[in-house]
Amino acid sequence: MNFHLLSLMTWLPLAGAVLMYLTGDSANAATARNARWIALWTSLLVLVLAVVMIVGFNPSVHGFQFVESAEWIPAYGIGYRMGVDGISLFFVGLSALLTPVAVLASWRESRRVRDYMAAFLLLETMTIGMFSALDFLLFYIFFEGVLIPMYLIIGVWGGERRVHAAVKFFLFTLAGSLPMLLALVWMWHHAGTTDMVRLMHTAIAPTIQDWLFIAFLLSFGVKAAVWPLHTWLPDAYGEAPLPGTIMLAAVLSKMGAYGFLRFSLPMLPQATAYFEPFMFALGIIGIIYISFAALAQTDIKRMVAYSSVAHMGLIVVGIFTVTVAGIEGALFQMVSHGLVIAALFLCVGILLARGHSLRLDQLGGLASRMPVYATFLMLFVMANVGLPGTSGFVGEILVMIGAIQANFWVALLVGTGMILSVMYMLVMIRRVLFDQARSVANAVIADIGPREWLLLAPLAVLVLVLGFAPGSLTHIFGGAVQDLVHAHLADLSSGAHGRLAMIKQ
Amino acid sequence: MLLAIAVLAPLAGALLAGLARPTIGRAPAVGLSVASLVVAAIAAIGTVYRHLVLGAADHLVVLGQWISVGTFAPQWALRMDTLSLVMVGMVCVVSALIHVYSMGYMAEDRTEPRFFVYISLFTFAMLMLATANNLLQLFFGWEGVGLMSYLLIGYWYDRASANEAAIKAFIVNRVGDLFFAVGIALTWYEFGSVNFDAIFAGVAKVAPHVYHLFGTDLPVLEVISILLFIGAMGKSAQLFLHTWLPDAMEGPTPISALIHAATMVTAGVFMTARMSPVIDAAPVALAVITVIGGFTAFFAATIGCVQNDIKRIIAYSTCSQLGYMFLAVGVGAAPIGIFHLINHAFFKALLFLGAGSVIHALADEQDVRKMGGLWRKLPVTYVTMWAGSLALVAIPPFSGYFSKDAILSAAFAAHSHTAVFGWLCGTLGAGLTAFYTVRLMLLTFHGKPRASNETLAHAHESPLVMLLPLVALAIGALTTGFLLGPTFIGAHFANFWGSSIALPHGGAVMAARDAIPAWAEKMPLLLAIAGIGIAYWFYELAPALPARLAQTWPGLHAFLLNKWYFDELYDAIFVRPALRIARAIWRIGDEEMIDGVPEGLARLTGDASGVASRLQSGSIAVYGFVMLVGLMVLVTVFLVAR
Repeated sequence: MNFHLLSLMTWLPLAGAVLMYLTGDSANAATARNARWIALWTSLLVLVLAVVMIVGFNPSVHGFQFVESAEWIPAYGIGYRMGVDGISLFFVGLSALLTPVAVLASWRESRRVRDYMAAFLLLETMTIGMFSALDFLLFYIFFEGVLIPMYLIIGVWGGERRVHAAVKFFLFTLAGSLPMLLALVWMWHHAGTTDMVRLMHTAIAPTIQDWLFIAFLLSFGVKAAVWPLHTWLPDAYGEAPLPGTIMLAAVLSKMGAYGFLRFSLPMLPQATAYFEPFMFALGIIGIIYISFAALAQTDIKRMVAYSSVAHMGLIVVGIFTVTVAGIEGALFQMVSHGLVIAALFLCVGILLARGHSLRLDQLGGLASRMPVYATFLMLFVMANVGLPGTSGFVGEILVMIGAIQANFWVALLVGTGMILSVMYMLVMIRRVLFDQARSVANAVIADIGPREWLLLAPLAVLVLVLGFAPGSLTHIFGGAVQDLVHAHLADLSSGAHGRLAMIKQ
Repeated sequence: MLLAIAVLAPLAGALLAGLARPTIGRAPAVGLSVASLVVAAIAAIGTVYRHLVLGAADHLVVLGQWISVGTFAPQWALRMDTLSLVMVGMVCVVSALIHVYSMGYMAEDRTEPRFFVYISLFTFAMLMLATANNLLQLFFGWEGVGLMSYLLIGYWYDRASANEAAIKAFIVNRVGDLFFAVGIALTWYEFGSVNFDAIFAGVAKVAPHVYHLFGTDLPVLEVISILLFIGAMGKSAQLFLHTWLPDAMEGPTPISALIHAATMVTAGVFMTARMSPVIDAAPVALAVITVIGGFTAFFAATIGCVQNDIKRIIAYSTCSQLGYMFLAVGVGAAPIGIFHLINHAFFKALLFLGAGSVIHALADEQDVRKMGGLWRKLPVTYVTMWAGSLALVAIPPFSGYFSKDAILSAAFAAHSHTAVFGWLCGTLGAGLTAFYTVRLMLLTFHGKPRASNETLAHAHESPLVMLLPLVALAIGALTTGFLLGPTFIGAHFANFWGSSIALPHGGAVMAARDAIPAWAEKMPLLLAIAGIGIAYWFYELAPALPARLAQTWPGLHAFLLNKWYFDELYDAIFVRPALRIARAIWRIGDEEMIDGVPEGLARLTGDASGVASRLQSGSIAVYGFVMLVGLMVLVTVFLVAR
């Protein structure tokens, strides 16, 4: 595999962005149209490459595939290394899938279109690069680089309080990633290289591991919106333009969880075992606390945003069970959550495009006026609350299966999301679709159009296919997760893991 | 093959009707849905005949792999054994009848095809539940019927009360489902599989395991059984998780008949019977089931005695009858529980459909105080409803007699303290059942008409399409008891059920049933006759008496009328605190405390409005470049300083 597929996917969007600035000279309508089509075609091309990659991926091979390696700063052991395994494969795929969705969802954007589309393509470069980087420094650059386009997307095209939200987002994530920079320096100093594969096999003293773990927790925790590091999120989600929110919720929030899987678990096994109960607590508090916060929301967009954070708690718990079922559940949930949350935000956008208010007390009665829309929204809400037959359920039950191996109460409390999510989601459904119409009479009430069909239908199909036949996903990352769990357990000499177990023979 | 047709035809009908509705129009879409159910019913009867009457060998119909993660690998499959076939037969037949009935009942509804799509999908989910070969597929059906129940309770979604009832039903059910899901996870952890056969084979091995919980060691099987039972309590509306069922009557009446009487609410009973090999090995769980079931049978009956909404009376009756079924499972007589489930499906669906016919005739009036004297206007409804009522009251030869009295005999024969408690509750409940049922019939059909003249003038018997299902179900209510009884719970019941239901102590309770004293055996029937007599006295001979009694004991009356104040209690301890917590978390926790620190930092770092103006005036590329440079500087510093 030496045709640099990953690099191609990573840098192609950037090339597309550059192309936009080369073809058009000023901000006229033609440039805007060009920018739209360039963005769409570039992102679709990347999606095709992603499909090629997923098809060409061999799940039975251990370790990384499509590996690229080049010297960068050899004196310091730094290289340009890329590659994917079963875990990162789908995040690259998810980024590639959702970028065209976001581009298509922004088709009506009219302010500084070229800059806008360029920002989204830049974002795609950064996310795909981050998920496929195999060198810590490269990873760090992409991880930080995501900030730039996202900051601009929120700050320039956001809602009324956009600057506030953008600054908050920027400060939070930047402050969060400084500890990672320190960890990076330390690990490089310790191992003499930034090659992540070698770092995974470098032993680190347990006392140091604890500090590194905290550093990673701060940086990845902010990105994954782990409670109580989540407070940048409601503002950012609420103020970002909808396609930006989609990328934030569906892709960027996964960066943190991915970081835990890529760094904390394999590189810091003792610390992971030591912090396991703590991470459970954070995850569970997140689920319960954020769900209640969601219940209090009066704005549909913010309600979906909080719902998104609540699900991140489930993912964190799944990862830190360090069981095959738990991690596969978390990964599955990450993919599913990416699709479902993106779709829910798209549904919010459809309301917005029809001039509806997003305030829950001003919506209502849309089920009879927009039946197709209502069907889609109901499907995605059910996937969000984890109804069997949708992708949301598979992740949820697998995390529960993983959690029960750690502790009964963890499984039970993680499951409270099942009840709490129903509480706020059904209130939302009622306020939006049911009841008497409350909205102003002059709102446009056309049901969804062809472009919106094109956006929602593929997501709906994916949600159902993954719900009924999740094997298409799990058999690809199954091997990688098993390797990860086995390596982790092998690293733990003593019985540090499983301190919460309650079963007796 | 036939079984697959029976299960999948409703799904196909629903999808076709839903997708083709815009092109083929309203009536064909409805027809498609009904036709698919008729096909399903014929296929189901065929399967039942082949396997339960002719004795063809059972086999598993595998549809595909669902999840496969390590050893957690549940399949999509249709299980074929006596228990699942009995359920499939009942569900398909009752559902087909109700589909036919709905063609008449929903004819004037604005979105009739939507209704049919929902109930066909519901039937599919229910059949997946009944034919599940593993706990997870059962859970799929379980949640699927829950979703359809939610959609159908809230079918008339412009009514606030329907929305509230729908949400309440979903949330209360989900509380049970959470415990069910944890129970599934724990089952997998202990047994290494969620497949029924593997679980049942592993019971002996797992029995000695204990689980450290609440500071003590509990047998794992007890923990699993209790968790599953809590799930069953939610779906089957047992005490503490029953509050959603009466409110669910907001849905169209055919829904109350199908979902909230005949099929979905019995899923909990079905599940405990299905899991009987595990639950039988958990004596404490059995005792809990006995107590909850028995007490629900009594408690719901007391409420039924004073309600005035015709559908709510029947709903509380359902709640109470489900209690009897659990009582049967709890005392170790699950086959009688399933027998009662089947009988109940017919006579309770009949009662609801009859009530629907009355409501239909009276222009949506549901208050029994405004009915009366309707028997001349609605002769078919009247006769068929009496058949259903007598089956419910358990008067021979109607079906309820054969199953309910058998349950109480089994409870008496079981001899444990909890079983005696269950027997006592159930026997008192039998008297109350007779009272409220006859009260309902007398108030509705007998006496002087209390409806307005205008309403009465328009009152008419329902069309044939609604009456035929009523007649069919009435024949069921009359005959299922003595036709099925000898096979289901007679001397050779063990041959019939095979390995599909396990019994504790080799079915000792089933055998001991015949040896109980005559007074205990006859007691429920005597009390039922007494109940009929009292109802006749109260509502026919001395109609002023009930009101005077209510004045004499206002506290008791209010207590019953307000359904033991469960709704008020839950509102005070769950609903309102939850909303208050939600607001507090958002306003105080999230916005002020956790957010206060970073907000303060943001203010320190500079004037936000200044940033704003610069952002808007300057070129984005410049800022992007500046940030990239900053990043590179950072990297360089670290490289040089190493």
